[in-house]
Amino acid sequence: MRGGHDLGGRQGFGAVDPEPEEPVFHDEWEKRVFAMTLATGMLGQWNIDQSRHARERQHPVAYLEQSYYENWLAGTEKLLLEAGLVGEEELRFGTAEAKCGENLRVPDAAAAREILASGGPAARETENPPRFSVGDEVIVERRHTSGHTRAPDYVQGCRGLVREHHGAHVFPDANSRGVPVAHHLYSVEFSSRELWGNDAEPFDVLIDLWEPYLTFVKSSGADGNGE
Amino acid sequence: MSSDHSHLPSETELRAKALESLLVEKGLVKPEALDAIIETYQDKVGPQNGAHLVALAWTDADFRRRLLADASEAAAEMGYFGRQGEHLKAVENTPEVHNLVVCTLCSCYPWTVLGLPPVWYKSAPYRSRAVSEPRAVLAEFGTELPGEVGIRVWDSTSEMRYLVVPMRPVGTEGWSVERLQGLVTRNAMIGVEQALPPERLAP
Repeated sequence: MRGGHDLGGRQGFGAVDPEPEEPVFHDEWEKRVFAMTLATGMLGQWNIDQSRHARERQHPVAYLEQSYYENWLAGTEKLLLEAGLVGEEELRFGTAEAKCGENLRVPDAAAAREILASGGPAARETENPPRFSVGDEVIVERRHTSGHTRAPDYVQGCRGLVREHHGAHVFPDANSRGVPVAHHLYSVEFSSRELWGNDAEPFDVLIDLWEPYLTFVKSSGADGNGE
Repeated sequence: MSSDHSHLPSETELRAKALESLLVEKGLVKPEALDAIIETYQDKVGPQNGAHLVALAWTDADFRRRLLADASEAAAEMGYFGRQGEHLKAVENTPEVHNLVVCTLCSCYPWTVLGLPPVWYKSAPYRSRAVSEPRAVLAEFGTELPGEVGIRVWDSTSEMRYLVVPMRPVGTEGWSVERLQGLVTRNAMIGVEQALPPERLAP
């Protein structure tokens, strides 16, 4: 979806504010929100794409006004509500009407450390051969979806060159709906002029894009990248 | 996104507290697990991991090859593996090319080697402009690149995570891995700065 989070190329936000000697967390509550988000994720009731989508599905003004961990808090509350793990009233008053963790595997400290240390790879085996080869020119299809997608608005409709094939990875658009299919993933390179017009300073942007986002234009045997 | 940390609404703080006591009461989280998660990223996993890999790559040609060929494996070899570092790619700065990493859609970042991302990395100014005017963004970090140096911006849209291997500063010949690590800052491994010059290390 093209919400407040899809920020590539947007204007008017001002200068970056590098903060020297920045602490890992700025406030106690940030630590707790960070940890609650990870710990509730470990219950296995939603995946990483559903959790990203929960943060994106806010009013764009709210998304942009809130701090990073405020957005995490909003997303985690939403996921807990939608999974039926907590109720509206419970959230409002902070007191439980009923326990509900009995059928879930709730990690203790050792289990949490183990889950963090082992990670969760997104690469998958697939029997489908990749449709694109390194050097191919592709175009990113325009898509207007209210669902989760990892094709940023600023590359949609643009032509780029396939630079690397990462194998098949879990496809976020489907995974955010609870459908864990995998598609081939490519690193695609775009010239700044393709993205921003002829007045852009020269540089390249490389983005990871899944096969369903892309349409074939021409193979590497042709005359380069069409710039 | 507010960067004013000293005046956060206490409403958020209360909401976070209420949520935690609710989750504990319902048996959905264990406070000891929350503490373990915080401790992991506050005290254990951080940019010292990435700095170690970079310093190794600077001093060991064979490790450098392995890091550039498959960074997940090279990092795992050193014990750096886990959440948000499952698929790692190292991209090397050269006199011709400078690399810069961003996540325009959220805050994807190689936790296993850099820890948690700084506030500016997750902020709207950085996420919006790194892909449209990288030289101006670099200038805000005091980084000026010669005009002939090409810039490659990596937008982390998938579960691939990017680590920049900065150029080894001149005047560090013969330095140990341990000493070199001190020159490799988190910002250099995101690509907004160069590695520190040797004179910046206190003797």
